[in-house]
Amino acid sequence: MNSRFFHYRKKITSMIMMSLTFAATLAAIVPLIFIFYYTISKGITYLNLDFFIAMPKPVGETGGGMANAIVGTLMLIGIGGAIGVPVGIMTGTYLSEFGNNKFGFMVRFLTDVLSGVPSIVVGVVAYTMVVLPMKHFSAIAGGIALGILMIPTITRTTEEMIKLVPHSLREAGLALGIPKWKTTLAIVIRSAWKGIATGVLLGLSRAAGETAPLLFTALGNRFWSTSIGQPIASLTVYIYDYAKSPFEDWNQQAWTAALVLILLISILSLVFRIITRSKYKTN
Amino acid sequence: MKNKLKKIFSSRNLGDLIFEKLTLLFAVSVFLLVLLMGYEMYLGSKLSIDKFGWSFLVNSTWDPVQEIYGALPIIYGTIVSSLLALIIALPLSIGVAIYLAEVAPPWLEKPLSFLVELLAGIPSVIYGLWGIFVLVPWIRTDVEPYLSDKLGFLPFFRGAPYGFGLLAAVLILSIMVLPIISSISRDVLKSVPRSQREAALALGATRWQSTMIVLRDARSGILGATMLGLGRAIGETMAVTMVIGNRALISPSLFDPSYTMASVIANEFTEATSEMYLSALIQLALVLFVITIIINAFARLLVWRMNRRWKTT
Repeated sequence: MNSRFFHYRKKITSMIMMSLTFAATLAAIVPLIFIFYYTISKGITYLNLDFFIAMPKPVGETGGGMANAIVGTLMLIGIGGAIGVPVGIMTGTYLSEFGNNKFGFMVRFLTDVLSGVPSIVVGVVAYTMVVLPMKHFSAIAGGIALGILMIPTITRTTEEMIKLVPHSLREAGLALGIPKWKTTLAIVIRSAWKGIATGVLLGLSRAAGETAPLLFTALGNRFWSTSIGQPIASLTVYIYDYAKSPFEDWNQQAWTAALVLILLISILSLVFRIITRSKYKTN
Repeated sequence: MKNKLKKIFSSRNLGDLIFEKLTLLFAVSVFLLVLLMGYEMYLGSKLSIDKFGWSFLVNSTWDPVQEIYGALPIIYGTIVSSLLALIIALPLSIGVAIYLAEVAPPWLEKPLSFLVELLAGIPSVIYGLWGIFVLVPWIRTDVEPYLSDKLGFLPFFRGAPYGFGLLAAVLILSIMVLPIISSISRDVLKSVPRSQREAALALGATRWQSTMIVLRDARSGILGATMLGLGRAIGETMAVTMVIGNRALISPSLFDPSYTMASVIANEFTEATSEMYLSALIQLALVLFVITIIINAFARLLVWRMNRRWKTT
């Protein structure tokens, strides 16, 4: 009798605990639904053509858009990508091809650690390295900060993706007498290209969502600017400023900017997916 | 075999040599970058380090007007907000990880994992925006009055229900670290060999008991995941700055405003007019850098060791 009781108790405990894990998963997803719900429902009210092509209005006037911030964000991730993508891909290639030694281990470890360094710290470094010598805030300083932030993601994805390429492919290239560098570039990296592009995309879209490293590097700009030597606007800094502002109209626009930012990141990923897919098919 | 091929081809070929050195150059640059970051911040904060030294960390006055900079309340706010967020997020994350790795059928696991990872991909300024306009009003009108009504005899739940404050920061941080801890823990759980579960089940264990065995095998990896979450919480800037109330204050009450290292930097950096002020803020960034590096290094070692353990056997 007694043992049967324990048997049932054991089973019931198991069932309760298993359903609790399901409840935890649901609880984790609820905030996601809330955030998306509010961003879409509140953001959509100001989502019109003006938002994309008009400039921000001065304090007190309602309406206007964030054309400068959209262009600014694109420019910043462009500059960041120009730094982070080559460094990341080359370092990742080094790690997978030649990194089986102590130095490779150290670099791998440091990139992992770098990925945990808060983005605001990277902003401070970009400030001391670029803004202080130049004596003013600039798009290039913000872009450098974003570039540094992209490096770990791109490096590690590149390494992982190259490692996934079957060894036989490499050996086939070498057996044909193709030098190692050509084999790596034309065969290995090419077949890992789709995965590497995913890493690049991940790096770029994370950078697009960064605010902290831009606050005192790119600063922000209420006017149109595409000069890399001048302060530049970005969607994220606008969201921050407008969310804190006492004007309801600006608060509304912050939601719209958030929606546009999410759309931008989604479009970025879509475009990348299309590019990588067609490349893959021709292979 | 691989080494032999390497020898034959790379030693003779100039192209290979150039290729290797070129990629090496980039790897070295990443290596140097991390060192340079620390060095730059040390230089930038030299003024403040020379003046305050270690008392920077234990002095509790942060007063830019008098040029006295003690970061104790800020460090306190950083640690308390991060630890409380972990206390909320950790059990939930482990639940999520167990569900995704052990319980969920494959058709459900993929979309759910995707959603959890999506949560990690939302820009933190959007969390902050949501915090200001949705979370904080809810805390002000519902959560804080309720807590002070039921638990007001405790010092943690006293004071005016203002909304902005430690409680809001803790809640938003726990939402933000949850996907990190749960997705890494899920991977760690999955790396535990199937045979462990099969052995437990064959001995008559229930599914929960077998999961507990897997959890025990994975504990160092989960600890690593937790540390990574802690590192993220300590360095999180935008969402915290937007909801924590931004006042350097040591108070037991969760309703009171607080400050974290990252939010001080975000808030005051552009306002820093004197060199000493700027230097103190850079020193704060240096402290943050060192703390997160230590936490991350430790966490990575734990996760690596965990993954390697099963690979070698």
